[in-house]
Amino acid sequence: MSKVKNRRLKVVGKRVPRTEGADKVTGRARYIDDMQFDHMIYGATVRTTIPRGRIVSVERDTAFDWSGFTWVDHRDIPGKNIVAMIVEDQPFLAVDRVEHQTEPVALLAHADRARLAEGLKAVRITYQEEPPVLDFETATEVLKELSIARGDLAAGLALADKIIEGTYRTGHQEQLYIETNGMIALPGANGFPEGVTAYGSMQCPYYVVKALEKLFRLDRERIRVVQTTTGGGFGGKEEYPSIVAGHACLLARKAGVPVKMIYERHEDLIATTKRHPSIITWRAGVKSDGTLTAIDIDMRLDGGAYMTLSPVVLSRAAIHATGPYRTPSVRIRGRVMKTNTPPNGAFRGFGAPQSQFAAEVHMDRIAEVMGIDPIELRRRNLFQTGDTTATGQVLHDRVSADEVLDKALAKHRVAHRRSKKTKKLAGTGIAMFFHGSGFTGGGEVRLASRAGVELLPDGVRLLVGSTEIGQGTRTMLAQIVAESLELPYAFVKTIDPDTAQVPDSGPTVASRTCMIVGTILQRASAKLRIELGPYKSGDDFKKRAKALLKKRGTVVIIDQYEKPGEIEWNDETYQGDAYGAYAWGCNLADVEIDPLTYEARCTAFTSVIDIGRAIHPLLAEGQIEGGTLQGIGWALFEDVVMKNGVMQNANLTNYIIPTTLDAPHIAVEIVENPYPNGPFGAKGVGECPIDGPAAAIVNAIRDASGARLDAIPATPERIMKVLG
Amino acid sequence: MGQPATDRIEIVKPQSLRHAIDWLTSAAEDGSPLTLLAGGTDIYVLLNAGVPLQGRFLDLWGLTELRPAPVVSGGSLVFGALTTYTDCIRSALVQKHLPILVQASREVGGVQIQNRGTLGGNIGNGSPAGDSLPVLAAADAQVVLASVNGERTVPLTEFYSSYRKTVRRPYELIVRVEVPLAPLQKQKQIFRKVGTRAAQAISKVVMAAVGPQIAFGSVGPTVVRARKVEAYLREGGRSLAAAQRLLKQEIHPIDDVRSTGVYRLKVAQNLLAELGTLDAHK
Repeated sequence: MSKVKNRRLKVVGKRVPRTEGADKVTGRARYIDDMQFDHMIYGATVRTTIPRGRIVSVERDTAFDWSGFTWVDHRDIPGKNIVAMIVEDQPFLAVDRVEHQTEPVALLAHADRARLAEGLKAVRITYQEEPPVLDFETATEVLKELSIARGDLAAGLALADKIIEGTYRTGHQEQLYIETNGMIALPGANGFPEGVTAYGSMQCPYYVVKALEKLFRLDRERIRVVQTTTGGGFGGKEEYPSIVAGHACLLARKAGVPVKMIYERHEDLIATTKRHPSIITWRAGVKSDGTLTAIDIDMRLDGGAYMTLSPVVLSRAAIHATGPYRTPSVRIRGRVMKTNTPPNGAFRGFGAPQSQFAAEVHMDRIAEVMGIDPIELRRRNLFQTGDTTATGQVLHDRVSADEVLDKALAKHRVAHRRSKKTKKLAGTGIAMFFHGSGFTGGGEVRLASRAGVELLPDGVRLLVGSTEIGQGTRTMLAQIVAESLELPYAFVKTIDPDTAQVPDSGPTVASRTCMIVGTILQRASAKLRIELGPYKSGDDFKKRAKALLKKRGTVVIIDQYEKPGEIEWNDETYQGDAYGAYAWGCNLADVEIDPLTYEARCTAFTSVIDIGRAIHPLLAEGQIEGGTLQGIGWALFEDVVMKNGVMQNANLTNYIIPTTLDAPHIAVEIVENPYPNGPFGAKGVGECPIDGPAAAIVNAIRDASGARLDAIPATPERIMKVLG
Repeated sequence: MGQPATDRIEIVKPQSLRHAIDWLTSAAEDGSPLTLLAGGTDIYVLLNAGVPLQGRFLDLWGLTELRPAPVVSGGSLVFGALTTYTDCIRSALVQKHLPILVQASREVGGVQIQNRGTLGGNIGNGSPAGDSLPVLAAADAQVVLASVNGERTVPLTEFYSSYRKTVRRPYELIVRVEVPLAPLQKQKQIFRKVGTRAAQAISKVVMAAVGPQIAFGSVGPTVVRARKVEAYLREGGRSLAAAQRLLKQEIHPIDDVRSTGVYRLKVAQNLLAELGTLDAHK
């Protein structure tokens, strides 16, 4: 395939209009709850109300009028009662065990939503309760364990002048996509009456297909999944939509009519996945000049009741746990603990924000103990090109950690001068981070993603299973194809991913879509150019396209992921090239604390990140601003209050996310050191912006007030406690 | 599951104030009192939370008689019960005489809530976190209740008997709120809402002061006037620490999903420093 060419780019790097933007701002875009089908009825979920025990009985009140209702429980499942994920532990509908509150037990559907609500209240579950395990710090059941080691830890610690320890905690975080989870299921698919079709809000249509294959014991051609306009995901629609789709399809098959299931906000908050809480202990060996001689990290994540994606979250957390720092000896041990709480799952950053929070707060701790300026301490330890990571990966491509630090410091001085002087306690904090793009290790090889283009008389159509969830995927991929074909942007058409029409491009997660799927599309485009022969202009292209279509009927080119030759990974030893490319970032945060109320407020923020190439600079800046604000929310406000294994503040009134008034001015600078194997040099951007803000803010709070916080969110209650 | 079951709620829409009072009276006589509905901003939260709402509602929103622009009359700033937060924000009279009510109104919810939420509703709902209540309590506001028997006036500070319980009788309707102007003259007014985020927050602690008259919200079952602190200030007390000790005797904040009792107490005490009349070193 052709690498980055030395020609002037005409579409990539331009701020073109979003493909679906006009539909969204004019209200034409149809979200799942906007859709109606003939004879459609509504579905709802009966959930457990205890955290652990045995189900003795599930009874429907005999005094209640059940006419018109469809009832589904585990006995109605034609295939396997298992949500297809990494391991087979989570049922679609509980049979006799309860492992967490809000676990689905049965499903109801009715044409009238008010009746449906009454029906839910007329179901009684009786239990034999068992004592639940609610605290992951004292839990003993390990869902997944891993360790990474390189060099001689004891020797590294022996070289140190000082060994500095610290323990850090982070809490749950809710993705809080604007559109809650929702699906409409139809009986039948692709002409097969026994098939099932699901329309809905999701990140990964083919994950839903795989889940339905197992649930219904159907082959793939009898399943159709269509992603509708999706109002945000942030990881929260990676795995959970498989459950909603499974439930809706079970009801639709039994009722014989379309069934709509839309979660209300409260249900979405109490039942769906959240970011894994973490407790991470650092032990660092440090020379008196600040050089790290050894890093020993022990981390625990709260997995909740089932495995879901926890092993992969743990893996990403562990690989990023050192932060962007080199050390000759390192040991990282991690465990995901089982608790009787709703399963935690994918969330932007996927473990890396937790582990790099600990790393960056600990770096400030080291600086303080050693009496070294925190910026200087970082400079002495930052990865350089050619250094080796914890997994033994040699960083051959340009490492721009120093560069983003310099640029952030220069930029932040300007931002800082702009912020107002007040009587409040003010301080500045720093955090540095790196973030691998794409699936970890051999993950991309196993995914073997496919994507392609279909020739049209007046352009091409993208055939990708990657989803637009607000982040700009569709626009960015269209730009890559237009640039690869040297055609105007308007020549590239896009469609809603429909598994009857598009190949499996892998999940839309892990900052992989641009770098991995973009490259596949670039290669497919190059092949199409060979088929078409040279063309000089758009009109010339159309002539050739029409001629070729006349000859062949249809021209579709689907290409598949090819591992860049130099990447090697060993899953047994957990050593090798964990990721093809890393983004490098630096955050600086100014914080003010009100001495009367202990409220911390972020007043100015700078984020400088090397993402290789910004395919669409405005969308990339949007990702960085959005990820930053989501990180600020996690740092200061977002507090999932759990009691007896269920969220207590499950509404937008009491689960506090920042408003625009809480958002500081966010100064963004994108650094473009191209990655040779990415499309036009691009690496991933989606997740890395959320890796740094929490540590930068906690470090700024320390700078401002002396309050040493080892845990987030840094609520005023917590800051008050620390200040005494 | 689906949307709240609003179609199962019975709503009565009176044509006039008189009509509304008639409805209230007959419903009270039947022993099936009507729930009063003003802007609906509290009711909708309950509906969305799935709280089953019983009984019938009397929808007051259309009663324009209860929504005159705020006026000065008989030495008081007079508000109709359906005066919205937006009305307060826009009123030159409120801006002039009771600017902390404007400030409090601006911090209630978003613009949509400010357009619908009313003073009468905030008073009637009686949440201890109601943002307008400490302002009205500190300003000695009087609540005017109307019934078939005529009108009676109750000071806001005596309007609540316990958590969300008021002295309003089931056949009475809040029609006006009157704030006497004399005590406002030349007094410094202070409003501080502590809600952790900058907007759209429910208060953890809220304080309003009109000169030496101080009221707190979210620190007990009802809005409270800090009478002991006020007495201390009137006697010329200047020690912040002493005032804080007195305050501790008269507020009893609790732990809930939003904050802790310890935090609320400490912050309420700290906020006394905002009065500007107390010395931290005495």
